[in-house]
Amino acid sequence: MNTKSLYQEVILDHNRKPRNYGTLEHPSHQAVGHNPLCGDRLDISLQLENDQISCIAFHGESCAICKASASMMTAAVKGKTRTDAETLIQEFREMTLGELDLNHPHHLGRLTVFSGIRDLPTRVKCAILPWHTLHAALNALSSVSTEAENDPASSTSENASGNV
Amino acid sequence: MANNNAIAVLETGAHFDMERIRADFPILNTKVEGKPLVYLDNAASSQMPQQVIDRLVYYQTAQHANINRAVHYLSEVATDEYEKARQKIQRFVNAREQREIIFTSGTTDSINLVMHGYGRQFIQAGDEIILTTLEHHSNIVPWQMLAKEKGAVIRVVPINDAGELDIESYEKLFNDRTKFVGLIHVSNALGTINPIKRMIDYAHQQDVPVLVDGAQAAPHIAVDMQALDCDFYVFSAHKLCGPTGIGMLYGKASVLEAMQPFKGGGDMIASVTFEETTYADIPHKFEAGTPPIAAAIGFGAAVDYLSSIGMEQIYAHESKLLHYATERISAIKGAKILGTAAQKTAVISFILDGIHPHDIGTILNQDGIAVRTGHHCAQPIMQRFNVPATSRASFAFYNDISEVDALIAGIRNVQNIFL
Repeated sequence: MNTKSLYQEVILDHNRKPRNYGTLEHPSHQAVGHNPLCGDRLDISLQLENDQISCIAFHGESCAICKASASMMTAAVKGKTRTDAETLIQEFREMTLGELDLNHPHHLGRLTVFSGIRDLPTRVKCAILPWHTLHAALNALSSVSTEAENDPASSTSENASGNV
Repeated sequence: MANNNAIAVLETGAHFDMERIRADFPILNTKVEGKPLVYLDNAASSQMPQQVIDRLVYYQTAQHANINRAVHYLSEVATDEYEKARQKIQRFVNAREQREIIFTSGTTDSINLVMHGYGRQFIQAGDEIILTTLEHHSNIVPWQMLAKEKGAVIRVVPINDAGELDIESYEKLFNDRTKFVGLIHVSNALGTINPIKRMIDYAHQQDVPVLVDGAQAAPHIAVDMQALDCDFYVFSAHKLCGPTGIGMLYGKASVLEAMQPFKGGGDMIASVTFEETTYADIPHKFEAGTPPIAAAIGFGAAVDYLSSIGMEQIYAHESKLLHYATERISAIKGAKILGTAAQKTAVISFILDGIHPHDIGTILNQDGIAVRTGHHCAQPIMQRFNVPATSRASFAFYNDISEVDALIAGIRNVQNIFL
């Protein structure tokens, strides 16, 4: 793929000015995600009220792809129910692994700017890390790693449906 | 120069013929995204010249059988070529004897052999092992495993802001519990060339043996076992134009003889009964099982190839690339080079303000430029400089000045995308 189509203005903008960047003081759920291959780390904290994500924040050390993915993810899931968030996580995963037919109905909206990542297998983990960390937070797992058994880009976690 | 394999090699000479050298490497004609490949990831693995490729093909075409076994023609040829490869490597590193060269699967395997064969036999609870901040994980983790098993202690030599070892601190780390020193010759992450001769001499004054990890040195500078006088020296073939899956361990004959074998099996025995096994003499004691014969012979062809150009010539050309690239990258606003030692090989680790190394690597790849991004299996160095990762351009003798210019243009392009 052409790098320009991945490093689009929307991704660069979210990298420069990440939305929902920071931490919540008293979150109901939180998790830490690691990518030991590059040393990246992402913290996600959120407030679940009546099964709705009322507040969400992230912070950490990461590449532009990971940071923009986290920023756009927090914007997308804010106000959503846990079930709707899990649907988005699943769809985002499938899209980055090239397993989602974007011509069929989906809920990803502008998140499809990340669809080109499927052609850069070494970077898929960067884009998925925030989503997997969100999944861990919603399911009360304290931390996840891209190289552990619950690797977001492998087929071993309960949500996984394919391998890169 | 002498070449028993009837494979064409470059003549030894003072003239460094860039065009001819590049023509030896078919992979350099690769196009990436429609652009010429600019291969600057040589510290991870170097490319293979046609001479070595041809040697591998010739072996498989006309010389292959198992070694050290049968009396038939091919077995004798293969055994002979395998041992000739050992001799080539002995000469390349100027070891005193051929039996001091053990074929291993690579640097990591060599260090693990020493850890098991020497460390587990001679290092005990409370003993101390000195390592340096510059070590690759492959010269840290085996010793940590040993320390955990034995209750030994690891002491670490610090570095200064330039990425140079603090030699005064090194000498102060020695005491009567010090039993081993593991020392990287050239840092894979920063390019620092360590003053290992002085460090080996100091350790020997205290009767402490030294293992030198030469993975990043042997491809770039002449190494001389007799001059260095180290007890062990290790490196891989694939970083010096040879195949993967093969490397060498140099050990002083007396030390190797005192060591227990690492792996048991065929080829490493003198006689076997169910009551007792007598081990073969060195080097075979440490080469259990059928080795990668073709790879070993390819390794021999690779050192022949490097010798035909000349290690001094290689170092001189790579130094030119290093100085030019250092000057150009230093002049880029927002770029910072990590590792500014006075003595360096052509390795440049750099960071760009506000841009993650993985994004740099992905965008450079779009211009056909291959660099490594990440922690380079040297996380203690990253921690020392307080960065999670860097981008690393590492040069070989087949790189030329125009490729440095391509890298500079690539870095500016990365900055333009992010600004």
